[in-house]
Amino acid sequence: MIAAAARTAAEIAQRGTPCSLLVRRRFEGSIRAVLWLLTCLSVVTTAAIIVVLAVETYRFFTAQGHPEISVWSFFSGTEWSPLLGAQPLFGVLPLVAGTLLVTTIAGVVALPMGLMTAVYLSEYAPPRRRVALKAALEVLAGVPTVVYGFFAVTFITPMLLQPLSSSFGTYSAMSAGIAVGIMILPIVCSLCEDALRAVPQSLRDGAYALGSTKFDVSAKVVVPAALSGIVAAFLLALTRAIGETMIVALAAGGLAHMTADPSSQVQTMTAYMVQIFLGDAPAAGIEYKSSYAVAFTLFLITFALTWIGAIVLRRYREEYE
Amino acid sequence: MMIPTTLRPPIDHAPPTSIDQRRPDEARLPAAAHPSAISMRGFNSWYGDHQVLHALDLEIATRQVCAFIGPSGCGKSTLLRWINRMNDTIPGARAAGTLSLHGIDLLDRSLDVVDLRRRVGMVFQKPNPFPKSIFDNVAFGPRLHRVYARTDLEELVEQSLRASALWDEVKDRLDSSALGLSGGQQQRLCIARAVAIGPEMLLMDEPCSALDPRSTASIEQLIRELRASYTIVIVTHNMQQASRVSDSTAFFYEGRLIESGATDLLFTNPKNRQTEDYVTGRFG
Repeated sequence: MIAAAARTAAEIAQRGTPCSLLVRRRFEGSIRAVLWLLTCLSVVTTAAIIVVLAVETYRFFTAQGHPEISVWSFFSGTEWSPLLGAQPLFGVLPLVAGTLLVTTIAGVVALPMGLMTAVYLSEYAPPRRRVALKAALEVLAGVPTVVYGFFAVTFITPMLLQPLSSSFGTYSAMSAGIAVGIMILPIVCSLCEDALRAVPQSLRDGAYALGSTKFDVSAKVVVPAALSGIVAAFLLALTRAIGETMIVALAAGGLAHMTADPSSQVQTMTAYMVQIFLGDAPAAGIEYKSSYAVAFTLFLITFALTWIGAIVLRRYREEYE
Repeated sequence: MMIPTTLRPPIDHAPPTSIDQRRPDEARLPAAAHPSAISMRGFNSWYGDHQVLHALDLEIATRQVCAFIGPSGCGKSTLLRWINRMNDTIPGARAAGTLSLHGIDLLDRSLDVVDLRRRVGMVFQKPNPFPKSIFDNVAFGPRLHRVYARTDLEELVEQSLRASALWDEVKDRLDSSALGLSGGQQQRLCIARAVAIGPEMLLMDEPCSALDPRSTASIEQLIRELRASYTIVIVTHNMQQASRVSDSTAFFYEGRLIESGATDLLFTNPKNRQTEDYVTGRFG
């Protein structure tokens, strides 16, 4: 009977093979073509965006009737007043400084807190509480950023900052920075937690067996072993903070100046672009073109950050894997 | 009786002693003359509602090698993990009965497990070096227990690596990553790491099962050398290994202790039919 079954199976296989092989090959071929096209599409789109940015930036720098604009004066200038005064000034550093100030505040708020939350979730929290807290964090991640902007203006500034110091006006870098920090917190936390949970249990066991407390295990084994993932999480979150637009447009004010004072108004690169594109700057005007140069600067900064991140990651990976 | 929650003073009260010279004048005595290190009476263990160990009575002699043998799932690893309370990390694991180390109740809820694990080192099935340098791996335990001086650490690391027969192979690259070592070297590093905290006992959970024959031979040689200084309990699937390295053997089957005794007797003249079938390779 077994012999009969084997014979039947062999017959079916023989009958089935040539036809199904052809079908399978065609199917595989078409799948491969579709995937290849989609991959090309995303790469081409990205490249097109970079080309548009570069071309418009070039036009800004070579604009007729503006001999004062040069690459050097743009990247080293500390005055940014494109709309006011007889002579518009295009020095991008105040916008970069504004962005860095807000990003730094956001990082100080979100990175330590996010990492510690992740350590709690991954190492300390009982399973049921972990699930509940993760769900809460996901809700936080789903809040539209404009809501954080409102939150900054209507809660963080009047309820937290103004009672502390009278130097805080309606808009401040601090208020926007805290809101951006809250916005990137779920990213930091969830990516760090993934990195921590990817550390094999055998390392924890090894550390416990040497007489480690839970804190020893977390701080001396799990976090160092997950460092590459944690660094990646931090960099991704910071890149996100640098590019954040809505919160800073609402809460940081609109004054572009060089400052490290968190209570003052600042304008970030993204907020400036919002101002130009939503304002009444004529599309042919030099200030309109300047927003492309600012966008290109922003792109260079985030690109550099990603690149540095990749280098750092590779170095840690060599050491730890 | 008051049960001491601190088993002995922290390691910095007792300066690092040479592992080789710790008990220099003590010759190996016949099994009967050794006092028990581990003693269990009517010991039961459960994972949730599932009972994995049933009414075990067993004595493990001081400074001897005791092998736990038996087919997979017979509970030998579970028993091993109660001796240093590693089962605390497993939700739903519990135990009842008597299990003591030199008279100290190991099932006491108020027992300081951190201190216990300082006295009872453990080596795992799969080598699990930390993603740190060789030096930092061995120094991990001493640093936990507040040995910070560089010279003390260097001395301890060298002694521990010598004790685990790894020193000559790694002495020139102590600062390179432990993950660059071969599997057998990693396992000896894990033994060095356990030895560095100055335990009196070593638990080994199938320490050679992930290693090639040559590395296995070096670990077995090491176990034979270490028993001069440590009480060793080794869980193994390999009967030849048990007969090569152990002084006494305990055979477990389906959560029960079937037979225990001197290794040469248990292998050549088992009293129990199941033991005989297992050690002769008829099942398992």
